[in-house]
Amino acid sequence: MLRDITLGQYYQTESVIHRLDPRVKLAGTLLFIISLFFFKNFIGYLIAAVFLMLVIRLSHVPFRFMVRGMRAVLFLLLLTVVFNLFLTPGEPLVILWKVTITKEGLKTAINMAVRLSLLVVGSSVMTLTTTPNNLTDGMEKGLRPLKVFRVPVHEVAMMMSIALRFIPILMEETDKIMKAQIARGADFESGNIIRRAKALVPLLVPLFISAFRRANDLAMAMEARCYRGGEGRTKMKPLIYQKRDRIAYLCILIYLTVGIWLGRLQLPAIG
Amino acid sequence: MGIIKAKDVTFEYIRRDEDGNVEGLTTAVDHVSLDIKQGEFIAVLGHNGSGKSTLAKHINAILYPTEGTVWVDGMDTSEEDKLWHIRQTAGMVFQNPDNQIIGQVVEEDVGFGPENIGIPTKEIWERVEESLKIVGMYEFRKHSPNKLSGGQKQRVSIAGVLAMHPKCIVLDEPTAMLDPRGRKEVIRAVRALNDVEGMTVILITHYMEEIIHADRVFVMDKGRIAMEGTPREIFSRVEELKELRLDVPQVTLLAYELQKRGVGLPDGILTAKELAEALLRTENV
Repeated sequence: MLRDITLGQYYQTESVIHRLDPRVKLAGTLLFIISLFFFKNFIGYLIAAVFLMLVIRLSHVPFRFMVRGMRAVLFLLLLTVVFNLFLTPGEPLVILWKVTITKEGLKTAINMAVRLSLLVVGSSVMTLTTTPNNLTDGMEKGLRPLKVFRVPVHEVAMMMSIALRFIPILMEETDKIMKAQIARGADFESGNIIRRAKALVPLLVPLFISAFRRANDLAMAMEARCYRGGEGRTKMKPLIYQKRDRIAYLCILIYLTVGIWLGRLQLPAIG
Repeated sequence: MGIIKAKDVTFEYIRRDEDGNVEGLTTAVDHVSLDIKQGEFIAVLGHNGSGKSTLAKHINAILYPTEGTVWVDGMDTSEEDKLWHIRQTAGMVFQNPDNQIIGQVVEEDVGFGPENIGIPTKEIWERVEESLKIVGMYEFRKHSPNKLSGGQKQRVSIAGVLAMHPKCIVLDEPTAMLDPRGRKEVIRAVRALNDVEGMTVILITHYMEEIIHADRVFVMDKGRIAMEGTPREIFSRVEELKELRLDVPQVTLLAYELQKRGVGLPDGILTAKELAEALLRTENV
């Protein structure tokens, strides 16, 4: 059962968005999120929403998968809305017993809700259309300039991809240890939260020991295969910008210019 | 001088108790000398703790001898500036298939070694294709290693070493964690490597059946080389093998017992077919 776990939330299909260079998608997502914080009126959000819809259409990923990401942050979203709605001081709009909803509160609440929803759906597009592996590659190459500040970009990317490779293996191992402990009378399912947490100790200790042993073995195997960090390393699948990537960058640029220009206009309607 | 040469190699390590106090000195490898020629198929046999894996790690410069010298293709393994060249010349396959695969796709894992030594992208692809074809895993190149069987994973590991174009490949108990089918698969691949590609193979194992095809066998015990010879010579010394706590293959044991009871059979019979033929001959006499 643990064997079939899929990592991240990658949705396998053929589309232009899937084939884009991961660096484009990373930069695009980042710029999209930043742009959301520049808008001062609804036109900006409208443009962002339209742009996002177009990208989703191009990605061939069903819309419900996009919304699925929303479910995880639903609580956070509601909390933000509620707090902003009731706690923003200003001109009272509705007064219910002791709670006051102000005009400013309503405005900020809607503003935050829209912004947050677009942000979550926007980043979902990236994770749904890029394999974790590809994403790590993109980060490694895209963040290379940070090397100047001594950020170990290659090492971090390597660690991430090894972690991804070992997650299913360790999952399987957890399953095995769990069964072995259950066979010896361990109880993982009853009792209150403290008892359950305590019951996990005989599961975690062997798991950690085995993880360290694996790490040791893997390090030796990597050294035996001449791994010595990112210096002088070539790539089997190098990232090279194609024509479609340049077009994508151009689209993002157009969106940014138009969106921020129109999105920052002072509109009397919204105040 | 051969491709691998060891002279008086000794490896010692300090045993410590749980508090880190020194308990004593263990000599894992004790004055071992050997000379392996290009293209040979060598088997190193021994039970657990005989020092065979420790010796193997010296060939790949993962461990350095406390005393003595190891040369790989004429390079002294203790010379640090030749380290990567040595590791490229003598590739190594380890016991646990899961703990030596780095890539998330078979072809990416095979490409890991060539990437490390700075091979141009186009050539990496050629090497990956060639290596996967040698071990018969080319159809699986797009698969995730997690979905493969143990024998298949080990074959991918072998391909990963081959892609670095080594002159010699050391396999440290590659079949210890596999089922009989996986074991057969891996041994078949290793034999093909030696027969077809002419690769120097050093196979470390504790399975007797796996050494039958070797050119030469070293039997290790307590860090020393206890016996040396062709498989046939080794198997004819049944009593000594028993003393070293090694299991002799059933056929060889049967032939040995028959011989002891006066049946005229030649020494060191290795396969059932051989025994049958030998028995037929004795009856005709």
